[in-house]
Amino acid sequence: MVAGGGSAPDVILATEGLAIEFKGFRAVDGVSLRVKRGTIHALIGPNGAGKTTCFNLLTKFLTPTEGTITYKGRDITRMKPADVARLGLVRSFQISAVFPHLTACENVRIALQKKRGDSFDFWRSERVLSALDEEALRLLDAVGLAGFAELPAAELSYGRKRALEIATTLALDPEMLLLDEPMAGMGREDVDRIAALIRSVAKDRTILMVEHNLSVVASLSDFITVLARGKVLAEGDYATVSKDPRVIEAYIGVGHG
Amino acid sequence: MADGAVAASDVGATEFALRERRDTGALHRAIFIGLAGLLLVAPFLAYPVFLMKVLCFALFALAFNLLLGYGGLLSFGHAAYFGMASYVSAYTAKHWGMTPELAILLGVAVAALLGTAFGALAIRRQGIYFAMITLALAQMVYFFSLQTPRFTGGEDGIQAVPRGKLFGLLSLADDRILYYVVAAIFFGGLLLIYRIIHSPFGQVCKAIRDNEPRAISLGYRANQYKLAVFVLSASLAGLAGATKAIVFQLASLTDVHWTMSGEVVLMTLVGGMGTVFGPIAGALVIVAMQNYLAHLGAWVTIIQGVIFVVCVLVFREGIVGVIAKRVKQPL
Ligand SMILES: Nc1ncnc2c1ncn2[C@@H]1O[C@H](COP(=O)(O)OP(=O)(O)O)[C@@H](O)[C@H]1O
Ligand SMILES: [Mg+2]
Repeated sequence: MVAGGGSAPDVILATEGLAIEFKGFRAVDGVSLRVKRGTIHALIGPNGAGKTTCFNLLTKFLTPTEGTITYKGRDITRMKPADVARLGLVRSFQISAVFPHLTACENVRIALQKKRGDSFDFWRSERVLSALDEEALRLLDAVGLAGFAELPAAELSYGRKRALEIATTLALDPEMLLLDEPMAGMGREDVDRIAALIRSVAKDRTILMVEHNLSVVASLSDFITVLARGKVLAEGDYATVSKDPRVIEAYIGVGHG
Repeated sequence: MADGAVAASDVGATEFALRERRDTGALHRAIFIGLAGLLLVAPFLAYPVFLMKVLCFALFALAFNLLLGYGGLLSFGHAAYFGMASYVSAYTAKHWGMTPELAILLGVAVAALLGTAFGALAIRRQGIYFAMITLALAQMVYFFSLQTPRFTGGEDGIQAVPRGKLFGLLSLADDRILYYVVAAIFFGGLLLIYRIIHSPFGQVCKAIRDNEPRAISLGYRANQYKLAVFVLSASLAGLAGATKAIVFQLASLTDVHWTMSGEVVLMTLVGGMGTVFGPIAGALVIVAMQNYLAHLGAWVTIIQGVIFVVCVLVFREGIVGVIAKRVKQPL
């Protein structure tokens, strides 16, 4: 199916009038997004604007009441979440999502395993997985977790759990990443490291990210969509968006509320 | 810098953990060897029939724990697979003259089919709803068993099941010979479960148990894995039930009754849910108690109830769970 502008070759992900209603409350209300291939696209907006809900819609954890989602020219509006991930559209979660009883290394390996297909091989020894250790350690190193490989994820600090989640997401080598506040709760040093990492992985991928740290947004993103009360408030590069009086008002207005 | 010091000590902890991981493998190997040795000499130390009962229930509890401890799925209806396999193996051994290994295999096959059908229905729901559906389906099996006396023998059960000859060659009439066959089945089942837990598949199951949405977001179709682990668990529960029918030459309504489902929950919790060896310890404790306190009659049930409550309240990790904590090693 070809849906509107979503079919343009440089647009990897597009939504058309996306909306979801929770008991009469429209958390996302007619959002039309165009994410260009190979860019870092930031989704910003005050708390409760509907950013996470948008991600849930895009990755099919929620089903929209209205609108369509097109990924790589394909209508994915009615797809199941695991199948969307298989198409290379992979998300991270705002609330850190790790596998607490698995070690950091095992967390990453779960994703590396997926790249090789399904794992219904219950008869095979874990030695098959040890072959993935090296790559897992390399990914952990990239997010500054080299020293924590054998620690259960539950024992990692909040910031390190976030880093682990990013390493796990990257392990899938997805074509497009959806990162929901990847740097929330991280220290200054880690923020810089993750920002550098995002920039480096973005070279051959598309990234849509929610981020509150505006200096990170300013330095990383090619394009910004501002969401407020479930609607797109403004769009453009950082210079354009940051000067928009409606954006300034939305941020200040909520800051006082 | 304070930060650096923290990081350094964390790295120290990781090296420690790395050493532990290697130790864990060696420790488990040692336990397996010790267990094999114990299984070999046990019939010279205790009654073979008692031991076989322990082994059948231990295998049942191991199968249940595979689902609960590693799949994160609490089934309240595992008696269905245990009991139905028990009926099938008893029936085919008695009325079709099957050799014991074929009777047991048929029992396992039926448990696997039942597990596939019931699992497919149950995994659509989460948590307590999952548990209720498994219980309801198991009750259906119970009433089916009650209503089909031509197959199950009704209230009498299927009695005087011949133990037969293994592969048509080796007579199992002698308790001690049968014991070694049962010990081999148990040990094989234990090794298989150990392998499953540590396989790439087991790894994904643990991930789904820990955080299902995250596993889905990585592209795993969680329900397929849940169903697979459900079927494996049901099949192994069937292996335990089918073997039990040959050992005691009896399959009865007790095997499909909900109290049987409750007992396996109890054994697993007492031994330590989510530990590799816990269910064995749990089965040993419960079966021993039932045997040695049998003269107390209904009091056994009450004592079991008390143990259950104590376990849930103060002893949450179970016997092996507590030991594992002491020695700081997963067991
Ligand atoms: N499952 C849900 N049911 C009801 N309301 C929800 C649900 N999920 C989100 N909301 C509401 O939708 C709004 C947007 O939430 P969210 O997308 O999490 O905002 P953001 O991520 O931009 O801070 C909030 O008001 C929130 O309370
Ligand atoms: Mg959010």
